[in-house]
Amino acid sequence: MMSHDSGPPVAQPEHFEFTPENLGRAKAHIAKYPPGRQQSAVLPLLDLAQRQWGGWLPLAAMHTVADLLEMPRIRVYEVATFYTMFNLKPVGRWLLQVCTTTPCWLRGSDEVVAACQRKLAIDIGGTTLNGLFTLVEVECLGACVNAPILQVNDDYYEDLDGPKTEALLDALRAGTPPPFGSAIGRQGSMATGGKTTLLEEPTPPPWQAALTASGETEEEKSDAG
Amino acid sequence: MPKVTIDGTELEVAPGTTILQACQQAGVEIPHFCYHERLQIAGNCRMCLVEVERSPKPVASCAMPVADGNVILTQSEKARKARHGVMEMLLLNHPLDCPICDQGGECDLQDQAMAYGFDRGRFDEGKRAVRDKDFGPLVATSMNRCIHCTRCIRFLNEIAGVEELGATGRGEAMEITTYVERALGSELSANIVDLCPVGALTSKPYAFVARPWELRKTESVDVLDAVGSNIRIDARGDQVLRVLPRLNEDVNEEWLSDKSRFAVDGLVHRRLDRPYIRRGGRLVEVEWSEALDLVADRMKATPPERIAAIAGDLCDAETMFAAKELLQGLGAQSLDCRQDGARLDSACRAGYLFNTTIAGIERADACLLIGTNPRREAALVNARLRKRYLMGGFRVAAIGPELNLTYPAEMLGDGGDALNALVEGNHPCGEILRNAKAPMLILGQGALRRPDGDRVLGAARALAEACGMIRDDWNGFNVLHVAAARVGGLELGFVPGPGGSGTAAILAGCKSGATELLYLLGADECDLGNTGGAFVIYQGHHGDRGAARADVILPGAAYTEKDASWVNTEGRVQPGRRATFPPGEAREDWTILRALSGALGRTLPYDSLPELRARMRAAHPGFAHIDAIVPAAWGPFGAAGPVDPAPFTYPVDDYYRTDPISRASPTMAKCSQLFGGHPDAAPRTGTHG
Repeated sequence: MMSHDSGPPVAQPEHFEFTPENLGRAKAHIAKYPPGRQQSAVLPLLDLAQRQWGGWLPLAAMHTVADLLEMPRIRVYEVATFYTMFNLKPVGRWLLQVCTTTPCWLRGSDEVVAACQRKLAIDIGGTTLNGLFTLVEVECLGACVNAPILQVNDDYYEDLDGPKTEALLDALRAGTPPPFGSAIGRQGSMATGGKTTLLEEPTPPPWQAALTASGETEEEKSDAG
Repeated sequence: MPKVTIDGTELEVAPGTTILQACQQAGVEIPHFCYHERLQIAGNCRMCLVEVERSPKPVASCAMPVADGNVILTQSEKARKARHGVMEMLLLNHPLDCPICDQGGECDLQDQAMAYGFDRGRFDEGKRAVRDKDFGPLVATSMNRCIHCTRCIRFLNEIAGVEELGATGRGEAMEITTYVERALGSELSANIVDLCPVGALTSKPYAFVARPWELRKTESVDVLDAVGSNIRIDARGDQVLRVLPRLNEDVNEEWLSDKSRFAVDGLVHRRLDRPYIRRGGRLVEVEWSEALDLVADRMKATPPERIAAIAGDLCDAETMFAAKELLQGLGAQSLDCRQDGARLDSACRAGYLFNTTIAGIERADACLLIGTNPRREAALVNARLRKRYLMGGFRVAAIGPELNLTYPAEMLGDGGDALNALVEGNHPCGEILRNAKAPMLILGQGALRRPDGDRVLGAARALAEACGMIRDDWNGFNVLHVAAARVGGLELGFVPGPGGSGTAAILAGCKSGATELLYLLGADECDLGNTGGAFVIYQGHHGDRGAARADVILPGAAYTEKDASWVNTEGRVQPGRRATFPPGEAREDWTILRALSGALGRTLPYDSLPELRARMRAAHPGFAHIDAIVPAAWGPFGAAGPVDPAPFTYPVDDYYRTDPISRASPTMAKCSQLFGGHPDAAPRTGTHG
């Protein structure tokens, strides 16, 4: 039998209130939607609440959001439990999300996972005792070109392997996160060995030459349009 | 009008009809789980797949409107295979526990698996396990069986108006839950048991009691409120095991309130199963003849003006008719069926009926509630008001203390002063009522049972006339009753005759000695605390307040144990039928009165129920119209004068314990304890902040 029981309940805070700053942000989100449709702001508000509460979303925060948007609490629970980006239990300071979907897996995500497990002595889903790291496995992060990916809080660390992951974890532990992006220094999604195509200067399409000949430049055309 | 061809039959249907509805019109049944005609379309079970020509894939017929020229094949190989596939997938995680499942024998999944099920499973993975939920004392859960049709969620959101149930998680981790464990806060919650197409939600009080094929089914009518919901009583042997709603579009649609459904376990507790006489302060069991002789002797010895009778809330029309004939034959005029003291006038029918009718609420566009909390007093009238609210363009205002209905209502004030202002035209809300096309008002017993109730009635009448509620094609004046017996009693004229006294005067008379003999027909809700030395006869079925005070107890039959008629708040006469026999020596109520009349030497002229009914119909022709509304003529009623500005109070404090049956019910006791009277008053606890 497989159970989706999410384990023992966590200690919930009694109260949650948005900081004045976040309340302002929340109101700005609500104002985007017409009156009576303010429930549409539930996702950004839950995200605000989660960020304010240190990366997880307690029940009290869901209730605050529900009251603010005048929607039934159960509708907020539904949203919060549907999206995996909302954490319903406390997480470490650094939330490590390893992508193990096919492209990352082909490019060695197993090594990234193994490095995390070895270094932090936790399993997938676990949090280190010092509360610094939580390790989770996620589906495609949409950055397959630079696989494998490890998302740390909001940032993507790309092109990782075992040792690089361990170095990254050391830096995080020391509180000095390295710049995010490719760990092998490639720019954007460029091929690892530098350019392999589009090496020559691009030639303009024939119609552009015709336009130039007739005296109409690209700028004029766009101005006219 | 789109033309469609269904399995070779051409058919013309209304625009916007779904394929499934078109198939039903053509007489073709489409299997389905999530679709329900009274709920929004979800389209998530996929069981209703059909083949539509020129459509690349099978189509979920419940969610697809027909297009002109559609050629629909419901029995093709493609459609059949698609349903087989869906059934196999629904059964992946469904446990094979039919032998221990309470739904067995009346399970949609079981039935449809007979037609579309595969004879073996091809799923090698583990089945998912889901923790059972606590939905309170009425609904038992077995969430492994859930197929996520979401009917329960939609019912509570839409019909009950209590958004507490939802689907959390997603995919295989989806669960139907309140998320924070708590009982469902609705007085209609148990309807989700009927809606559940599988055994995930079952009845908790009825758990493991019986199989459907063992039950004797009797179509009857509910009497625990004044709605007159149509019910089916399921009994085995001499015990009523459960009550289910029966379809009546004009009354309860297909819903039933929780009290009406679950109070029946009170029928086996605290029953009066043989006659008693009080001797030396103690009630002693006696034979019928002895009890009847004693009552007859006392009646003969008492001057008729000192004899009085009060009819209770569950009393049937035949009993009240026989009692009235018997007592008026003796010359007694102090009869009353209004044991709460409501100042209703039996002379004008329109003055005590729900004239708009329950179904007629759907045609109204503004509603004023006066001293009534329909959610507690008539849950299904409230559901109808909510249905009207959801259609849009419906404004509700209320006069009375704070209400928690399931739709927004503008609170105009606590009591009489707001009503006075409305009648005088000084209230801004009056404009809304005057400008509405079909305005209605609902006058509750909370406003009528006060000493100035007749002036409240008069004020409401004046308001109805001033706001155009009374027209040839529309009557927006409504009285909402809380007792199933009340309208019947008023129709029969079970009210004080010339020189007779009403309930308050009768009870005061008991104290002062003006009333020497008091006949209680199941009357338990009037104040019997100080009835002095009066000789009290209690005819009823439960050892409740009336029996505690009685000098003689004549054991009668509960509503499930007699063939009798009740008149609901609309004035609709509906027959109840006997499902079981009364316990022990107890007898059907009219036969007790017939026997007493014999002992008195004034034998009533009927020996059978048809004879009694014929006589009753001759005297009161309205009773010949079964399950029909006879519109009431408008006339004068109520009294003129300003209403006392004091706040109104609502008549039902504890929804779960309003009558002798529900007070004897262990299930209702649990609910009452849990909800503190009603789900709308439930204290939010624990994680509810």
